[in-house]
Amino acid sequence: MSSFRKGATLIMGLALCISQAAIAEEKKEGPELLTGATTEMLAYTCAGCHGPDGSSKGPATPTIGGLSPEYFIEVMEAYKSGDTKGTIMNRIATGYSTEEFEQMAEYFAGQKFVAATSQKVEGDADKGAKHHEKYCEKCHSEGGTLADDDSGILTGQWSPYLAATLADFTSGDREMPKKMAKKLKTMMDKEGEEGLKDLLAFYAK
Amino acid sequence: MSTNISRRKFVQGVGVATAAGALGAPSLVLGASKKVVIVGGGTAGATAARYLKLADEGIDVTVIEPNEHYYTCYLSNEVIGGNREIDSIKFGYAGLKSAGVNVVKDMVTGIDAAAKKVTTKGGESFDYDRCIVAPGISFNYDTIEGYDAEVAEKIPHAWKAGTQTTTLRSQLEAMKDGGTVVMAPPPNPFRCPPGPYERASQIADYLKREKPKSKIIILDPKPKFSKMGLFTQGWKDLYGYETDNSMIEWHGEAEEAGVVKVDAGANSVTTAFGEEVKGDVLNVIPAQKAGQIAIDAGLTDDMGWCPIALDTFESTIHKNVHVLGDAAIAKGLPKSGYAANSEAKVCAAAIAALLNGKEPGTPSYVNTCYSVVGKDYGISVAAVYRLAKDGSKIVKVAGGLTPSDASAEQRKREVAYAHSWLHNITADIFGS
Repeated sequence: MSSFRKGATLIMGLALCISQAAIAEEKKEGPELLTGATTEMLAYTCAGCHGPDGSSKGPATPTIGGLSPEYFIEVMEAYKSGDTKGTIMNRIATGYSTEEFEQMAEYFAGQKFVAATSQKVEGDADKGAKHHEKYCEKCHSEGGTLADDDSGILTGQWSPYLAATLADFTSGDREMPKKMAKKLKTMMDKEGEEGLKDLLAFYAK
Repeated sequence: MSTNISRRKFVQGVGVATAAGALGAPSLVLGASKKVVIVGGGTAGATAARYLKLADEGIDVTVIEPNEHYYTCYLSNEVIGGNREIDSIKFGYAGLKSAGVNVVKDMVTGIDAAAKKVTTKGGESFDYDRCIVAPGISFNYDTIEGYDAEVAEKIPHAWKAGTQTTTLRSQLEAMKDGGTVVMAPPPNPFRCPPGPYERASQIADYLKREKPKSKIIILDPKPKFSKMGLFTQGWKDLYGYETDNSMIEWHGEAEEAGVVKVDAGANSVTTAFGEEVKGDVLNVIPAQKAGQIAIDAGLTDDMGWCPIALDTFESTIHKNVHVLGDAAIAKGLPKSGYAANSEAKVCAAAIAALLNGKEPGTPSYVNTCYSVVGKDYGISVAAVYRLAKDGSKIVKVAGGLTPSDASAEQRKREVAYAHSWLHNITADIFGS
C-alpha cells in the first residue's frame, strides 16, 4: 500500500468513525453497521437511476456525471435536510453521511458530462439564448455548460428535470439563492411562461 | 470456445488495472488465474460481468446464457397494459461483448463446486476460479393443482418476461368488454413484490380505456402486499376501488382467497376456501424458488432459495460459488431488479478483490423500485442499506415510500423517473 493510500485510508477511517456514530444514534436498537465503502462502491449505487458514470439516458432523470463537487454536495445536503423537496431523493439522501456525499461528489466530478441530445421541446431556442444571457449567464457561465462555476450545468441537461426544478424554485419546494430569485422573478414578470419555454429550448439545443 | 485466459488480454489488463482502481491499487500476482464464469445473463449476471471488467480488466469473464435476448420483467406490466412495446424491454449482449466479456449462448446443466467446473447442455465445460450463479426464479407448480409449465403456455404466469407477456396482452385484447380477469399472485417470497399489483393497475388502465365494463378479481394468498396503502389509494383515485363500480376487487388471506387449483378446460380457479371463480382471462403466478440450476447444483436450502454471505454473496454451501439476484437469500434486500443490480456490484468488487489476493471491502446497497399505477400516476419505494458488522443481515438505514399526500405533479414526475430508470438501469446492466 502506498503512503498516499495509507493516508487516505486513515482520513477516511476517521470520517467513518464520525458517520458511524451518527448512524448508530439514528438506529439505536439495530445492530452495529459497517461503514467505509470505497468511492466507487458508493457511486456505483447511483447508476441504476442516473445511468452509468452518472450519464442519464433520460428522458427525465438528471445527468450527475461531470457536476462540480460543491454543487453536488450542496444539492445532496438540501435533499437530506428536506430544504429541497424531491420525489425519491429525500428518502435516499438521508442514508448517507456528508463524508460519503464528498466521496460521491469526487467520483461524479471526475466523469464527463454527456449532454442529452435530440430532446423534443417547445419554445424558441434563439429567444431563450437571449434570456439566458440576460438573466442566467452571470452564474451559469458559458451558456450554462460550465461545472467549475459551481452552479448546475444547464445546457444538455434533461429538459423535464430542468422544468421540474424551475417549478420547484418558483413554488419554494427548492431554495434558490437570493440573486437567482430576483433574476427569475424579473424574467417571469417580463417574459412569462413563454420565456421559460424559450429558455428550456435553448438548454436543450 | 475461448475459456482459456487470453494472454494478450491479461497483459493489457495489467496496464489498465491501476487506472480502473475500483479496489485501490491492485496487487498483481502475475500468472495468477482470474477466471469467472457467470451462469445466467439476466439483471444480476450481466451487471456482475460488466462490473468485474470495470474493477479489473484482467479478469477473464464468461457469461453463459441460453437466450439471445433478455426481456426485463420490470416495466413488462406496461406491455400487458398496452402502454409499451415489448421490444423496448428487449436487450442483447453486444454491450457485454464490447466490454471484453465472453458471452456463450448455451445452458449450464451442471456446476461441480469441487472441481470448479461448469458443464453445459451443448457439451462444453468451463473451468473457473469463481463462479457466479444468477439463475433468477423457477416455479413451484406443485402448489397449484392442474397448473404446470404446459398449462402456463395457455394460462400465462408472465412472471418471466417474453412470450408469456405478449400472450397475456393478446388475451386481454381478445377479451370482450364486460369480461373478467382473474389474477392469482404468489405467496411470499417471490420476485418483484409490488409486481402483481402494478400489473393489476396496468390491466385496469387498459380496461378503463378500452373495456370499461370489465373487472379484475385478485385472489391473493397473503394478508397484505407491497406498497398496499399506495396501490389501494391509486386504485381509489383511478379505478373506483371499493365503490360499487370498482374495476379491481382484492381478496386476501382472511377470505382464504389463495388459488389452489386451476381448471384449464373451464377457465376457472379454485380458492383455498373452496370457491370456484371463472374468468375470461386468467393470470396465475405460482409460488417460487431459485432457478433450477441453483437447485440442481445443491445451492439451495429446504425452502428452495440460496443462502449466502451478505458481503461477498458467496454460497454458504459451496465455496467459490456466488449466488445473486432473486435466487439468493439477501436478508434485508427485496427480490427486485435494482437490488439484483446492486448485489452484483457488491459481489463483483468482492470477487475482484479476492482474485487479487485482497480482502473484500465494505459493501453499500441501494434499491429503487417504481410502479406505474396509471396514466401520470407513479409510486415508488427506495432504500439505502448497510451490512451489519456481524454480517447477519442487510439493514435499511434510509428510505421509504412515496408520501400518501404526494401531489399530482409528483406522481406524474415519478412516471417520468420510472421510464428514465428503465433506460439507465438497463444501460448499466447490459452496457451500450
